[in-house]
Amino acid sequence: MIAIVDYRAGNLTSVQLALRALHAHAEITSDPSVIRSAERVIFPGVGAAGSAMRNLEALGLVDVLKEVVREGKPFLGICLGTQILLEFSEEDGGTATLGLLPGRIPKFQPTDRWDKVPQIGWNQVSIVRPHPLLAGIADGSEFYFVHSYYPAPSDADVVIGRTTYAGVTFASMVGRGNLAATQFHPEKSGRIGLRLLKNFLIWEPHAIIPVGDEERVRQPC
Amino acid sequence: MLTKRIIPCLDIIKRRVTKGVKFQNNIDLGDPIELAVRYSDGGCDELVVYDITASAEHRPIDIGMVRDVAAAIRIPFAVGGGISSLDDMSRVLLAGAEKISVNSLAVKNPSIIAEGAKAFGAQCIVLGMDPVAHPDPSRFPSGYEITTRGFRERTGIDAVEWAKRAEELGAGEIVVNSVDADGTRAGFELTITRLVAEAVRVPVVASGGAGCPAHLRDAFNVAHADAAIIAGMIHTGEYTIERIKRDLYADGVPVRLTW
Repeated sequence: MIAIVDYRAGNLTSVQLALRALHAHAEITSDPSVIRSAERVIFPGVGAAGSAMRNLEALGLVDVLKEVVREGKPFLGICLGTQILLEFSEEDGGTATLGLLPGRIPKFQPTDRWDKVPQIGWNQVSIVRPHPLLAGIADGSEFYFVHSYYPAPSDADVVIGRTTYAGVTFASMVGRGNLAATQFHPEKSGRIGLRLLKNFLIWEPHAIIPVGDEERVRQPC
Repeated sequence: MLTKRIIPCLDIIKRRVTKGVKFQNNIDLGDPIELAVRYSDGGCDELVVYDITASAEHRPIDIGMVRDVAAAIRIPFAVGGGISSLDDMSRVLLAGAEKISVNSLAVKNPSIIAEGAKAFGAQCIVLGMDPVAHPDPSRFPSGYEITTRGFRERTGIDAVEWAKRAEELGAGEIVVNSVDADGTRAGFELTITRLVAEAVRVPVVASGGAGCPAHLRDAFNVAHADAAIIAGMIHTGEYTIERIKRDLYADGVPVRLTW
């Protein structure tokens, strides 16, 4: 069973529908015991970091999330869920977050009049290093983004993919060990996003990327 | 680079996709789920689904249809028509839609924009507006007046003023659907689209009048739209989304080419 963590931060229907399309059994849950017993955990979220952290604390989920990550459970952060995995968000006057990855979350500061905040739409992800979740996904593939803040990890080793917007090239996919996280929405990114979620469902975090799949990580046409 | 979004519009009457000119003489184009899947597989970046008779028939939006669309496609879609409260918005989002489009309702009750943005996030709340050219600049400084209820009612509200107000209230995106261009396939109304794009900082979507890829290019390059809604030009089969995107790409417009 896959636990989709519900902490009153946005709509989780599309994550659940995407998993259903992959025939995976997923439960939307705020229950620590369900999250602990899940084989895999998805930590999505849309909204503001401050209220999200307050909700996690009120629901008693802060320690549970840290525990399942430390224990080696395959764990996927999405959008706000990803941001909360870092140490500090500039949102809501500054919010201390979970600190499972090193770094902070600044806001886009566009200098070009036509760069809008939030970034809404499809943007390319350049693959910085091969990762099992990107097996079969071409370098430079587009994914769907909706966000005003972005991950700025302080350790370059956690960067998996990069995207350029509003004058910055930011880490749009990060991870370490059993933890992987995307700023974009794989559940809303068509066939390519579905492939990433499918890769997550079979991910054995200590396994290496299968030979052959790496070759399919090709340049876009 | 962030790509320009191409958004097919499905106007729904009684669970069928229809197409009319200026909301009249509608013809049947098929099943909404089939079309949603065809366009999604064909490379569109988003979809918008309007239950166009819900308001006039004083009934809530067809939530079963929203649920079916959500189950069938894996790209974002917006839903409009027949939304009259926060509860309606919540039901549409929980059914799997990404965004809610409000139009006449927001003119009648602007605070719904602020309430929706607060409850669900500004990115969920799309303001749809139907401006019509008006020759009296003393009454309408932008030269355009807002209409509602499928162009049937004039409001006395200036289009650019309304766009700014909606942004202040928390609209995350503004769709400029020109009454004059709608259904003509003679090109988007670039003047009002650009005026709105220059007046606000949220993404602006051009709508009404798309007939060929060059019209989209002009919406992006001349009017500074972030996205464009299309309907007739693909519903008739005259163009595919792939063909439109290849033409735009050849003209230097950033578009998503693999899906």
